Amino acid sequence: MSVAIKYRIGKSTAFKTLVIVLSLACVVPLLFILVYILQAGITKINWNFLTNLPKPVGESGGGIANALVGTMIIVGTASIIAIPFGILCGIYLSENKNSKLAYWSRLCIDILQGIPSIVIGIVAYFWLVKPLNSFSSLSGSMALAIMMLPIVVRSTEETLLLLPDSLREAAYALGMPFHRVILKVIVPCGISGIMSGVMLSVARITGETAPLLFTAFGNPYLTTDITKPMQSLPLLIFNYATSPYNDWHDLAWGASCILLIWVLLLNIFTKLITRKWKVQL
Amino acid sequence: MESTIVKSVNYNAYFGDNHVVKDVNIEIPRNTTIAVMGPSGCGKTTFLRGINRMHELIPGATAKGQILLNGEDVMEMHPIFVRLKIGMVFQRPNPFPNLSIYDNVIAGYKLNGIKLPKAERDNIVQHSLTRVALWNEVKDSLTKKGSFLSGGQQQRLCIARAVAMEPEVLLFDEPTSALDPISTSTVEELFHELKKNYTLIIVTHNMQQAARVSDRTAFFYMGELVEFDDTKTMFTNPKDIRTQNYITGRFS
Repeated sequence: MSVAIKYRIGKSTAFKTLVIVLSLACVVPLLFILVYILQAGITKINWNFLTNLPKPVGESGGGIANALVGTMIIVGTASIIAIPFGILCGIYLSENKNSKLAYWSRLCIDILQGIPSIVIGIVAYFWLVKPLNSFSSLSGSMALAIMMLPIVVRSTEETLLLLPDSLREAAYALGMPFHRVILKVIVPCGISGIMSGVMLSVARITGETAPLLFTAFGNPYLTTDITKPMQSLPLLIFNYATSPYNDWHDLAWGASCILLIWVLLLNIFTKLITRKWKVQL
Repeated sequence: MESTIVKSVNYNAYFGDNHVVKDVNIEIPRNTTIAVMGPSGCGKTTFLRGINRMHELIPGATAKGQILLNGEDVMEMHPIFVRLKIGMVFQRPNPFPNLSIYDNVIAGYKLNGIKLPKAERDNIVQHSLTRVALWNEVKDSLTKKGSFLSGGQQQRLCIARAVAMEPEVLLFDEPTSALDPISTSTVEELFHELKKNYTLIIVTHNMQQAARVSDRTAFFYMGELVEFDDTKTMFTNPKDIRTQNYITGRFS
């Protein structure tokens, strides 16, 4: 073999190695975070941890029941607000690709996606918390809903754009009206993509802290009243991890671990759903 | 019963400023098979899609003139109503991938929210599939997805879907151009069967196919209807020089 060829093969191998090494390097931070938080947090999690309220400083034990319930309520309310709007907007954008309104709403959605979460929190504070004169989980849900919206819209739009036009034509040629074409053909065929967008957006907002700081605010007690301040996992982690007490640090580690497992489960679940509900075109 | 089922009067179709179909006047008799042929881009498909108002679904597409179905102008009717009376089969088989074979056949009822008793549904499915010579092949796998079938079977399923609605006219937009030769001949045989109950308008760029399946042939060139005559006359004794040139293969 000539030297020139050997040199070229060598270059190729070096490049391949580089690509593999760098890909592995991307996985390392995730593994590191996973191992670290699981190590620190998993031992703190037990039945009492999940079902009890936090104890006052000085008493050991206590749990994060209020934050778990609070997170579920805040994220659930945000989803109820954002998902219908997001899916409908995504349908509009995919069905009317070139209209003026589509252009402007696409632009707005893109900008919305880039707005820092703390800014959205401030806006929710001035729109809801100040006029109502009280921190409330509802205002936190509003802020999170605004954060969810762009993810749901874009994933819906992109999923539906991938469906072939022949599918719409088949439906229209059978004399179906627009709403039935959308609800009975387009959405069912794109359901796996729409659902994965929804689930990823839920996973994304569950961990958001900044928009909740001055909206949901936090609460050491268990409450289900969405007009009152409410505790949530990220708020609890933020408050307890920055406190000077070891017991509270433990709670924060445990809560981090729960949050991490939740996000992991959602991601795995999304993958499963996408595979199971995928419509073979 | 009046013998003309579809009639177009000065029909024009546009894509934006592009004038694609120019002043087409044609009278199509009931229970005949019409082949519409012509070189690519001659407006034959656009004309076909104008008949059941699918043309206007494309952004920027407009149309002028009249298309009469049994003497009624379809441009004045609601498109949904028009499309229930005039079925359509497309170039590529497009069964609904989320539905079973059974549901694909009654999709026109099911997805339109028309409730039918189970016995009647079964009847429509068996009847329609038999008509397209697919019943024996799929009767044991009616619950499987439509996309599980081969291309030719899928196309026949799409024809069954259109037939199930009992339309008066069936439009075919190059129905065999995506199929293999054997599936093509199966579909062509179907045309002879379907002709007994429906009026078929078939767009094709395959002259042999036009000659094999149709009673009458329309020749489109550059958006104009050049000639419309009995298929035999058309292929043996065309009147227009452009038809002659096309048939003898001087352009395609």
